Amino acid sequence: MKTEEIFQNLKDKFGDSVIELNTSMIEPYILVNPLEVDKISLYLRDNELLQFNNLMVLSGVDDANGKKNADDIIEGGTLSVYYHLESTILNHIVVLKVSTPRENPEVASVEPIWKSSDWHEREAYDMFGIIFLNHPDLRRILMPYDWEGGYPLRKDYKSPEFYQGMKVNY
Amino acid sequence: MGLLDKQFEDSNIVITTLDDLLNWSRLSSVWQLHFGLACCAIEMMAASASHYDFDRFGVIPRPSPRQADIIIISGTVTLKMGIRIKRLFEQMANPKYIISMGSCSNCGGPYWQHGYSVLKGIDRVIPVDVYVPGCPPRPEALLEGLLKLREKIRNESLAKKKL
Repeated sequence: MKTEEIFQNLKDKFGDSVIELNTSMIEPYILVNPLEVDKISLYLRDNELLQFNNLMVLSGVDDANGKKNADDIIEGGTLSVYYHLESTILNHIVVLKVSTPRENPEVASVEPIWKSSDWHEREAYDMFGIIFLNHPDLRRILMPYDWEGGYPLRKDYKSPEFYQGMKVNY
Repeated sequence: MGLLDKQFEDSNIVITTLDDLLNWSRLSSVWQLHFGLACCAIEMMAASASHYDFDRFGVIPRPSPRQADIIIISGTVTLKMGIRIKRLFEQMANPKYIISMGSCSNCGGPYWQHGYSVLKGIDRVIPVDVYVPGCPPRPEALLEGLLKLREKIRNESLAKKKL
């Protein structure tokens, strides 16, 4: 099934929660509502025509589309999450995207739907600070548990001066 | 080195200084903590294998810091790992030595600017005796580093402070 057909299918089922189809990229994606993405995912997995049984990758992105203030901190704009889905049964793929406000980045977790997203969501939380609602174990995965230096892959990230007495910068 | 050149006529007696004896015994069996971090560890293993044969200098990998004399920091040290390396080093018995192997553990290497999780040099955590440059250093370079360390141990003295 092509992305356009999947988009139409989702649009008929979920209405306004499915926001738009973007085909200007090499890989077209479907933009959906961050708080409804779990319901849409469940439908994508269980519908007979779709059967997306494999979440290939879940990635966080800092769009950096806000305004920089005097301290070089970005204000406003969005953080995004991309979901690359595959059906190993019907042999088709689709890309979902959600965008969530930078100040309060909340996305519904798809951990109950694809278990592989457990660590992916923890990583996106660790690197970008995106909160995945209803995730069973949302804590840092790569950085130390007691890390208070912020989220390293955000575009306006500044590393802390010290971590546990060790100087961080060169 | 003054150990074997002052023999008496009697074949079982050797005269030497305590310093020389201690240094000789220490430098001849530098047991290393079996500890690899990144790609440098592969070169370290190659140095241990038959082509370069670290064993001929008495370098035997030990699984416990309590039994080890040297620790070769072979690879990228993250901030998370830095704390643990410090703990391992503190658990080693004196005298103990450190070889910092490769650019990463010397100064952060390729991660010096954007490596948010990388410690920029192991000498910020523990005192280093010998730095081995390279990315990663060839086994010959690590061998040379070990020979430098042996030289350092050979010149130590009980009366003088550790260099």
